[in-house]
Formats: sequence, structure tokens, C-alpha cells
Amino acid sequence: MRLAQKIGRMRRTDAASGILLVSPTALYAILLLAAPLATIFAFSFWTQDYLTIDRSWTLANYRTAISEPIYGQLMLRSLWISGAVTASTVVLAFPIAYFVSFHVPPARKSLWIFLITIPFWTSYLIRVFLWKVILGYNGVLNSTLLGLGIIDAPLTFILYNANAVVITLAHAFAPFAILPIFVALEKIDRALLEASRDLGETRVTTFLRVTLPLAMPGVVAAVLIVFIPTIGDYVTPRLVGGPDGLMIANMIQTQFLQLNNAPMGATLAVLAMFIVTLVALIFVGLNRRFLRRQQ
Amino acid sequence: MTRPIIQLQDVQKYFGDYHALRGINAEIAEGEFFSLLGPSGCGKTTLLRVIAGFEDVSAGRVLIDGKPMEGVPANRRPTNMVFQSYAIFPHLSVAGNVGFGLRRAGLTADEMGRRVDEALEMVGLAGFGRRAAHALSGGQRQRVALARALILKPRVLLLDEPLSALDKKLREQMQVELIKLQRQVGITFILVTHDQEEALVMSDRIAVMFDGEIAQMDDPEILYRRPKSRRVADFIGVMNFLPAEVLSETGDRIEIEVAGLGRAEISADQAPRGGGGQAPSVGFRPETLTILYEGQQANHREARAVVEEVVYYGDMTYYDVRLQGTEKPVRLSMRNVFGREVLPIGTETRIAWSPGALVLFR
Repeated sequence: MRLAQKIGRMRRTDAASGILLVSPTALYAILLLAAPLATIFAFSFWTQDYLTIDRSWTLANYRTAISEPIYGQLMLRSLWISGAVTASTVVLAFPIAYFVSFHVPPARKSLWIFLITIPFWTSYLIRVFLWKVILGYNGVLNSTLLGLGIIDAPLTFILYNANAVVITLAHAFAPFAILPIFVALEKIDRALLEASRDLGETRVTTFLRVTLPLAMPGVVAAVLIVFIPTIGDYVTPRLVGGPDGLMIANMIQTQFLQLNNAPMGATLAVLAMFIVTLVALIFVGLNRRFLRRQQ
Repeated sequence: MTRPIIQLQDVQKYFGDYHALRGINAEIAEGEFFSLLGPSGCGKTTLLRVIAGFEDVSAGRVLIDGKPMEGVPANRRPTNMVFQSYAIFPHLSVAGNVGFGLRRAGLTADEMGRRVDEALEMVGLAGFGRRAAHALSGGQRQRVALARALILKPRVLLLDEPLSALDKKLREQMQVELIKLQRQVGITFILVTHDQEEALVMSDRIAVMFDGEIAQMDDPEILYRRPKSRRVADFIGVMNFLPAEVLSETGDRIEIEVAGLGRAEISADQAPRGGGGQAPSVGFRPETLTILYEGQQANHREARAVVEEVVYYGDMTYYDVRLQGTEKPVRLSMRNVFGREVLPIGTETRIAWSPGALVLFR
């Protein structure tokens, strides 16, 4: 009875109702994000001792991760592949977002956005397999090109290597890049573009001096949204990457599941997270400098 | 009239089926302060955008400084615009906004800074250059938009309802500043507004637009005193209308019988042509009627009336009075000079009026 009164009183204050509102989400985040992260972090300082885990704190894993060239190579390749995926996705997404925002009549825009999300109606795995069918030795692309007489022998550089990973991931993440850029472009007051034309700028220079800087928040969001998950992707490299297309996440998975070395896997995961954070921060910093130079 | 800087020759504009401009003909002189006045949807903003180069004409010609503007995009026209929303670039500082158009002029950084400072000083924003655009008030944004347009020394400055977003006090202050600025720089200003008072205060000449056509183009005083149609008369200020009858027309004299006022003789220039077949009526402004207090004599003519409504404005009092033998009351205004009492509703009074203040619409 007294507790009920207390809760009743608490609900009346703003702060309390705020806490009540966020607590389910906060609890969820703590259980499913913060706790696992802390565990991974702890694991990365332990070592695997055959079947048991040695819980004494050590930097041994980190030393191995840095001294063994295979890890560095995989990390670099992951950065390179993610970078290529991000660049191609964002560069290809921008014109689409621009077209929908500037050239589609307002009444049709939602339909276009809806159509853009259609690839998401099929499972990620099925889409990756589809790319295998398209890019394979006897795949759609090769048989079409052979049939048209454009090539004499099937192209092999498009499957089971890094190129295949880039193509597949760029397709998978396209909507993630299109949407934030579209939203940023939608927010641009069209009068600003007219003002720029009025002040003597051409279409092209207006784009460079007004549209692009104002769309930059959307581009930054797109870059981060594509870059951060792709660097940790392991399904696509496993399925279409072949031996040359494997990335750091595949190694992390191998450490956890095949080599039974969870601490090493955790160490690699922490390092990967650290590097992603670093790259993201550098990118955001560069962008801020670009925008300031516009002034 | 000095040389026309802008010539509009039968300008037509269609948006799909909608006929937005129905043959606009006008010449705007160099250094003139010209206003396009009309209700929303009359085509005034479309006309401004046609001059600026944001819209193509469907037919007709626009000439600026004698050169036809067909196919000349906005960025190559000697016009600059102050947008209704001001269109201040949010990613740039005040100086970045004002100097935006100078990038192409190939100036050194020093020169550019000096020009920007000059422009800011001209609009009363000296020292604001480093401010962020989003940290400006409405009035300041308007000044930045002005400076940004004027810094390029255009032949014509186009203003699209530049004052409509400001509060009344600031608006009146900016009206005066704009007039001063225009005299100072000597550039032709074309102002689009729906506010008749603003147009009267600021303009050398006003074109009143309805439904994509210019209904009347005259200087403010003629427009106010001698509107060419009931519609123009209604749109600009307050106009009273009374039914009238034309008794005779001889030369430039017209004899009319006005309900409530009686017989009057007016000159032909008080009876504009082209009213369009409606029943004749006579219009007059509230300030052309005067209430006669005891002992006062009318200079011209007198009529009897009853006060039906009193609206007190501080400096003025508006009375709705019903003239003898009329159905609807007419409005008249009296200045509240010292010692003049405000009459209560129901007072029977004498009214002084003059035939010279009447306009006959027929």
C-alpha cells in the first residue's frame, strides 16, 4: 500500500517519469550490449589454456595480434574492402537519392523510397546466394556475356575474391546509404539553390557550394552506417569471398568456434572495434574541417 | 520617364493548364522603385521570377537593359533577388553569405573582405561578418539577404515580399530604410507585396495585379485617388460605394445623382473607363467626409447622417454613418485633434463632402 503510494508520487515528477520511460530500453541495452561488450573486453585480457580459460590478466593476446602478420593483413584487407564498399555504395547512392529528392514529383517520392527497400524483402543470405548465381563461373553474367560473344572465356575475377565481396556488400547496403542522403537532400530549402543561381553560380557550382555541403550530414551518416557493419561482416566473405576475400570477422569467428580460442577472438574483436572507432572519428573530423573551409 | 531598364512585352505564363500571367505589358524605368501589388495568387511572384530568370515565359518577351532575356539563365542576368524566406545559406557565416556571389569576380581575399564589410555596413550590420547564419534574428537575416544581393551591384534588385515575415514595428522601420537605401544606391527596385500600405509608402509606381493581369499601373497618389475600377479601389485602402445614376454628360462634365448625397457635377477624369457593365456607383475615401460640429460650415456640400458605429484608434476615430435614404452605412475617419469629442452611437449629425473627391464607376 505504501509502496503503491510511493510509486504514485514518483510518477508525478518529470524526472521519475523520464526514468520510467527509458528504463525498459536502458535495461535491454545493458543486458544485450553493455554486458556482452564488457565480457568480450575481459576475455581479451585472458588466455586459453587448452580446454580451460586462464583468468590471469595479461597483454599476451594483444602482443600476438600485433606481432603475427596474418592478423594485421586481415585487418588491412578488411579496412580496404569496407572502404571500397563504402565508397562505391555512397557514390552510387548519391545520384539515386538526388534523383528521388529533386526530380521525382513529391506525390511519388514515398513510392520510390518503398521500391528502393524492396531488396530487403528477401533474406540477406538469399541475396548473397543470388550474387553467387549471378557472378559464378557458369553464372548469369558470364553466360550472358559469352552468349553475346563479348568474352571468349568466363570471367573469373568476379567471384571468390575481394571484388565479389565488394559487389555483394555494396548492393546489400545501398538502401542504408540512399535513405540518409535522401533525407538530408529533402531538408535543403530549394530557395537556397535559386539564391545561388541568382548570385551567379551555375548548376554545377551550385551543387558544389550549396547542395553538397548541406547534404554532408547525410553523406557522413551513410558512410558510417555502411562502413561500420561491413567491416565486421563475415557471411558475405565466407560465401563469395574465397580465400582472398576473407576478412577479420572470419578470423574472429574461426578463433571462437574452430580454434576454440575465445580470448584471442575477443582480442581481435576489441582491436577491430578500436580501429573502426578511430577511422570513424578521423572521418568525422575531416568532414568537419571540410565544412569549416566552406566558410 | 527615363530609359526603361525592364520591358515586359505581352508576357504570358502557363503552369500546365493554369494561365498565371495573361499578357503583361510594362516598362520600368532606371532607378525606379516599382511595386507589384496584388492578392495572393495574382501572379505577382511569378512575374518577379520570370524577370529573375527562374521561370521561362510561355509567350512574350522580357528585355533587361534593352537585351532580350530569352534563354539567359538567372546566373547571367543583371538582377539579384531578396527571397521571401531570405534563403540565407545555413552552412556559411554572415560574411560567407554576403560574399557568396563575389567568388566569381576573381578578387583577392583582402578586396573581398573589404567589399563584404562595406556591404554589411550599408545595411547596418557592421561587425557581424563572423556570426553564424543561424544565430541571426529575422530582421538581421533580411539585412544579410539585402547585402548579399546588393554587393554584386545589380542593375535591378528584385524583392519578393521581403518584409512580410517581420513584425509591424520592424516592418515600418525597414520600409523607411529600404527607401533610403534605394535612393543611396540608385538601383531599380522591384518589390512584390500584398500589403497595399507598404506599396503606397515605398513605391514610385505601383502595378496592381489581379488574376494574372495588370489592373492599373500608376503612382501611389493617383492609384489611391483615382482607382480605375471598383476592384482596385477595394483592394487599396478603404473605399465607400454608393449607388449612383448618370443624369447627363456634356463634354468633360458629368452630372450624377448619388444616393444619400444628392446631385453632383464631376469631371470626366473622375469617371474611369472600363468598369465592365455593372450598375453605376460612386466611390469615395473615408477621409474625404467630415463630420460637422455645431456652428461649423461645410466648404462644399452638406448631407445628413446618423452615427451607427464608432471605432476608436487613438489618433483616429472611424465612424460608420448612414446617410439619409441609403441602405448601407459608409465609413468616415476623423482625426482626434485636441478638443474634438468622439460622438456616441445614434448621434444625428451633418456631414461635409465634396464632389471633387468622388469617383464614378460604371
